[in-house]
Amino acid sequence: MKYLCLLYGNQKKVSSLSKEQFTSLVEKCQVHDAELQRTGAVRSVESLEWDVTTVRPRNGKPTVVDGPFVETRDVVGSFLVIEARDLNDAIRIASLHPAANMGEDLGWGIEIRPIADACHQ
Amino acid sequence: MDSESEETVRARVDGIYRAESRRAFATLVRLLGDFDLAEEALHEAFMAALEQWPREGIPNNPRAWLITAARFRGIDAMRRRRRLDSATAELGNVTMAAWPPRPTPDFEGLADDQLRLLFTCCRPDLPADAQSALTLREVCGLTTEEIARAYLTRAPTIAQRIVRAKQRIREEQIPYEVPGAAELPARRALVMRVIYLVFNEGYSSSSGAERIRVDLCEEAIRLARLLTELLPDPETHGLLSLLLLQHARRAARTSASGDIVLFAKQDRSLWDRERIAEGTAFVERALKDGGSGPYVLQAAIAAIYAESVDNGSIDWAQIVALHDVLSRLDPSPVARLARAVAVAGRDGPEAGLVLVEAILSGGELADYLPAHAARAHFCQRLGRKDDALVSYRRAFGLSQQEPEQRLFQRCIAELENGQ
Repeated sequence: MKYLCLLYGNQKKVSSLSKEQFTSLVEKCQVHDAELQRTGAVRSVESLEWDVTTVRPRNGKPTVVDGPFVETRDVVGSFLVIEARDLNDAIRIASLHPAANMGEDLGWGIEIRPIADACHQ
Repeated sequence: MDSESEETVRARVDGIYRAESRRAFATLVRLLGDFDLAEEALHEAFMAALEQWPREGIPNNPRAWLITAARFRGIDAMRRRRRLDSATAELGNVTMAAWPPRPTPDFEGLADDQLRLLFTCCRPDLPADAQSALTLREVCGLTTEEIARAYLTRAPTIAQRIVRAKQRIREEQIPYEVPGAAELPARRALVMRVIYLVFNEGYSSSSGAERIRVDLCEEAIRLARLLTELLPDPETHGLLSLLLLQHARRAARTSASGDIVLFAKQDRSLWDRERIAEGTAFVERALKDGGSGPYVLQAAIAAIYAESVDNGSIDWAQIVALHDVLSRLDPSPVARLARAVAVAGRDGPEAGLVLVEAILSGGELADYLPAHAARAHFCQRLGRKDDALVSYRRAFGLSQQEPEQRLFQRCIAELENGQ
């Protein structure tokens, strides 16, 4: 079964880190990332830029809005797709990710969502 | 390496995974001292097998190979994480769990590992709903999603129960062991109770659209069978016998449209003769070996029902006699209610009604559906229409299972139409 892991963080706090703080953070992430990659469960992983554009229907026509679908402090900073035996296995794998082990003060956290196909197996 | 033989090996590894993974997992929990680490290490070992076996051939003892490879990887991971813990400790917000290092390289008694796992999942200090979820996932190998479907719960709810139970096992360093002689009877009784509850949820679902959840019944039977192999004695044989005999009637217990068919109206040709024969053999053996516990007695009762060729030939006297012994062992109102139903079978509905009303007036079973259903049924047979209606409506109100609700609705409609 495939699961999407959405990695959240507080944009304001992450953006206000100095370059040195950010580099040191990335370095500390690497050991966790290595643990995660060792599982062989990661199918894809991408980091996202902060810029958000939303397209939604208005009077039956697509309308472009400069900004997110829902305004919140915590935004998705990156995502990964993992292959796991079940939800508990997905939790075990996601728990190896940096965002499950550090960055508490930056609002880090992971949302795990089953990818729909998996629900009908 | 041509693609065909790679596919063959892959299929064989998949087969080995299905056959061996739960047993290998049980051993790895002992060797590594942690559920998650064992699961991760086993997964890595299977990945290594997929990579190495096509090249080097499948080893003679694949399970031993996997356990050795996984143990090595698990210990390696423990070391890496201990380093990681000290390296990131200055961050101050590292929440990585401690890994209790108990890597005893003991390959003796691998069969006992499944028993250890079963006893650990059924620890009395874990919440009841966690015991069954953990047992179904870790011992039977069901996925979280399958368990959630079986219990009509959302997967995240089950997942959290399992995570919390494992956390507790880890943090409280709950020993991974079969209890000693002094503790064994009570702990074994709890394991049997967990298996029995899993079966009961399958035998008659507490809610939902279906009467029977065959998958839960089958898993419970598998667990009971495993328990008889690991701890053969009259009580475990009694439990397995009871489950086999009850499950044998599954095809006759509901109609094609999913409606309940009561025992008296069941088509006996739909009963599973093979399961009845097996169940009967187990209870006979249990009785011969001196078994007289609650599961043996219930199995003996189930065997009498299962062996009856028609409703007229049920040996009610013997069923009542067995219930007499059973309610002395377990003087609960539920056991007395079961006896009351047997007495009604022997002496007629009036005798049954007197007993049921006495139990209901005690108040303990005021919200217990079978008590009201029994009263309704006895009153109906005695022609006490209004009393029957009151009890059927009460039973209907207590039911959350659709086939059961339809049954009570039919009974209510029949009485209201003066039939």
